[in-house]
Amino acid sequence: MNKANVDASNKYASQEELRYAKVLDICVQAGLVLLILSFVIYVSGILPPLVPFELLPTYWGLSAKEFVKATHMPTGWGWVSLVGKGDILNLVAIAFLAGVSAICSFAVLPIFARRGEMAQLFIALLQIVVLVLAASNILAGW
Amino acid sequence: MSSGRNFGRALIAIGLIALCADTPAFAADAAASVMPWWGWPLALFVVCFFLGIVAVPAGVGGGVLFVPIVGGFFPFHLDFVRGGGLLVALASALAASPGLLRIGLANLRLALPLSLLVAAAQIAGAMIGLVLPSSIVQTTLGVLILGIVVLMWASDKSDVPDVPVADALSAALGIHGIFHDTARRSDIEWKVHRTPIGLAVFVLIGVLAGLFGLGAGWANVPALNLLMGVPLKVAAGSSSLVLSMTSSAAWVYLNQGAILPIVVAPSVAGMMLGARIGARVLHVVRASAIRRLVIAMLLIAGARALLKGLGIWG
Repeated sequence: MNKANVDASNKYASQEELRYAKVLDICVQAGLVLLILSFVIYVSGILPPLVPFELLPTYWGLSAKEFVKATHMPTGWGWVSLVGKGDILNLVAIAFLAGVSAICSFAVLPIFARRGEMAQLFIALLQIVVLVLAASNILAGW
Repeated sequence: MSSGRNFGRALIAIGLIALCADTPAFAADAAASVMPWWGWPLALFVVCFFLGIVAVPAGVGGGVLFVPIVGGFFPFHLDFVRGGGLLVALASALAASPGLLRIGLANLRLALPLSLLVAAAQIAGAMIGLVLPSSIVQTTLGVLILGIVVLMWASDKSDVPDVPVADALSAALGIHGIFHDTARRSDIEWKVHRTPIGLAVFVLIGVLAGLFGLGAGWANVPALNLLMGVPLKVAAGSSSLVLSMTSSAAWVYLNQGAILPIVVAPSVAGMMLGARIGARVLHVVRASAIRRLVIAMLLIAGARALLKGLGIWG
């Protein structure tokens, strides 16, 4: 084992792995609670959905492109302005779960930086950049 | 032991009957007229619960079962099924990874470079998948699933591969580790080789994962184990970590409106609840029986996807 792993408080996991696991654990639990809560709000009808339940079978057989056109569902981050709709509210939890790994990678950056492990630091930074790029919808026009 | 065998046989029977018997009913147009809208998410929850039970003991991720089975037998467009498949695979991997990291069965230094390449490649795969006609995606998905069946049937995994010398790249990145093998009752130190080739293979895996929404644990584990020499348990755990770190394709599907909450929420909930049961089933049912069940399910679902894509069935 090299110096990086000797700092660990656990024989089998390094310091950065333990921090990554801790942040991931918290985020996953929060994300799942958010997903279940938003789905209950959606199906209970507390918030009206963008696509009425009875029309769902008409639309879910369409391609994503046709669905967006037929339901006026916004693409990119346009859904944020519609979080008051029951179905769109679920996307908050889904987006959070999809962004969790960037939060975790961000959490371990200081450990790599402190040890001067520039290769791992650069890879973790690039990992965050790729996820932000994917989330930003910048590539959609390509 | 015999009760375990009987349970395994019952599980296989239920799985095959469920898949085969429901086929005519799941022909989308016919069923849509008789099933109330809420019946489909409910059926999705039940099916995903069952898939979650068998996925854990079979050592496959949820996505590889979810996409061909839900895509073949439910009325949802393949775009929404693939978006759901990516999130099912992501949620399962996210839930499993913290525990795996803490006991050394997932390695961050190994997963970081791999997931960077997979995440970038996934974006390309997802963008290609969303512009291709669904018949082409369905046909190639069928071919791929049947290929995975062959891979699962024939693959010869190695518990702890012999890696005489670590390659220069993995040594520079500090990719090595130690885990406790309960079967051997000893700590096992490991290192990897052929890292550059492994990285190239993971680019290809990323494109396929994004294109078909499959997650890709089925490809990660053999690539890590047989190609890079990672011990099987660490390969399975690190594959899960890579899946949890590669949500870029899910973002592409979300941005394009290809994530339908009525598909995603019951699927994720069903799969995660089923996976908890699956972890217990692992102790009472022979893994080989579950493995045969999964191969049979994938064979039917792969054939269905292929025939649907070719316009022969459905």
